[in-house]
Amino acid sequence: MPRKLKDSLLAVALLLPSAIIFVSFFFYPLYRLFYLGLHQQNRFGTAEKYVGWSQYSDVLGGDDFLDGLWVSTRYVFLTVPLGIVLGILLAVAANRHLRGIKFFQTVFASTVASSVAVASVIFFVLINPQVGYFRDVTFFSLSDPDTALRGVALSSVWQNLGLTFIIVLAGLQAVPEEIYEAATLDGYGPFRRFFRVTLPLISPTLLFLVVVLVIFAFQAFAQVEILTNGGPAGSTETLVFKIFNSQQPQSLGVGAVMAIGLFAVTLVVSLAQFLILERRVHYGS
Amino acid sequence: MGAEATQATWKKVVWYVVLTTLTLVVLFPVYMTLVRALSTPAAYVREGQPLYPVDVQWDVFRRAWDQGDLGRKVGISAIVTAVIVTLQLTTSLLAAYAFTFLQFPGRRILFVVFMATLMLPIEVTLIPNVQTIRDLDWLNSFAGLTAPFLATAFGTFLIRQGFMGIPRDLKDASQLDGFGHMAFLRRVAIPVTRPVIASFAVISFLAAWNQYTWPRAVVTEGRWETIQIGLRSLSTSTVDQNNISFAAAIIAALPVLALLIFLQRQLIRGLTAGAVKG
Repeated sequence: MPRKLKDSLLAVALLLPSAIIFVSFFFYPLYRLFYLGLHQQNRFGTAEKYVGWSQYSDVLGGDDFLDGLWVSTRYVFLTVPLGIVLGILLAVAANRHLRGIKFFQTVFASTVASSVAVASVIFFVLINPQVGYFRDVTFFSLSDPDTALRGVALSSVWQNLGLTFIIVLAGLQAVPEEIYEAATLDGYGPFRRFFRVTLPLISPTLLFLVVVLVIFAFQAFAQVEILTNGGPAGSTETLVFKIFNSQQPQSLGVGAVMAIGLFAVTLVVSLAQFLILERRVHYGS
Repeated sequence: MGAEATQATWKKVVWYVVLTTLTLVVLFPVYMTLVRALSTPAAYVREGQPLYPVDVQWDVFRRAWDQGDLGRKVGISAIVTAVIVTLQLTTSLLAAYAFTFLQFPGRRILFVVFMATLMLPIEVTLIPNVQTIRDLDWLNSFAGLTAPFLATAFGTFLIRQGFMGIPRDLKDASQLDGFGHMAFLRRVAIPVTRPVIASFAVISFLAAWNQYTWPRAVVTEGRWETIQIGLRSLSTSTVDQNNISFAAAIIAALPVLALLIFLQRQLIRGLTAGAVKG
């Protein structure tokens, strides 16, 4: 057998296991989403009728989807900026040569061990309206529709601290020491050095982090289900929460269109990441 | 002691104060959870919900383990995680090998198609995937809990990066030694890229153990709940004995905490892969 053919056959064998999973659970469902979006099912899921693209415009322009998108977008703005600032604060504080610094670094990284569910139960302890330690703080009260999302967001900010800290610290440590020395010799004080030298140098790392955290925020589900179950008055129903709760046969079409809406959002964010990464590769070389 | 040395000492003290304060802030939620887990709920509320435990019950963890049926849930999570990590490693290694060391038509396109799956999180494909699992009669089963996660483009990408770092000479030399592809994979490629593979395994473990949305969707019977889903059930079902649910959260976090402490380097390398060059 010629070498080339042999290589190709081996490649097929090696790629097949992954390909089967990707086709069955990534590409086929994507096709199914579009299909479901074009149809309406009866209450028992026993019959469906074609309703066409009108379902897309109805759902994507309808209150339910737009409310979910609005909640999810607010969730992004509540979790990402605060999370990044706190992560930078922790990383800058822990990026120095001190006895015992490893201990502090491990503590700051430790929330990475927490799952969304664990973080949610932990914040249940803190902000549950009846038994939470901070139950009287109105700024992030879970019982007020205007503030409940802030409370849920706090759990995500805390949970993501570990990851943010680890990534920012790695970014800081990749900056050569000589650059700081040069800046100091040039008469830069600590603040000017941070804003004019450090921040620009770790900006690619921060952009990467923003993308990851934005995607996490758009996938928020467990924290909502455990802390508020979407309430009060539906004020914390994120997109994924709505998608998850439209699995009854008669709402499958609507849920499918919402999922495609979520896909579009994820795609935009991922493409942004790709473009940023592309640019960074050029920086590096 | 000179003025400069005094200043340096003061600076150190200030940084220790800052670091300690931050430590207290970061750990406060965990501390409070421990306090609540150890306290008797009614007595704790009567005392005015203080910063210290009230009427301590040290056996709360054993009771959570029994009442919450945590042994079973931890067991299910462990099996699900073991299956996912093992198969993700296998499928990713094989795919990465093909993309790195084999010449075949359509290689570039296929790689892009593989990477495209990174843009399809389970939240997007949830509805049709749950339908598939239901049609296969895989609800409440290990097959249903693991199937969509048995391959991952992230692993293929990461391991391929590692493989690409293997010098050509090494490949050529092993060919001269009469190694076939599989022998080269087993005896050279895998050992040489062990750090990358270990990092990926740790990330894979973390994601599999901690996942929530998918198991929540394909588990409809309590006895198939993973530990993460069990946390939700406990938090809703035991209002007057919520110490049980807080203890369960601590139990659920322990395996990953152990991982963090013992495999910190691999974990950090995996998490920062792609974030920082070099």
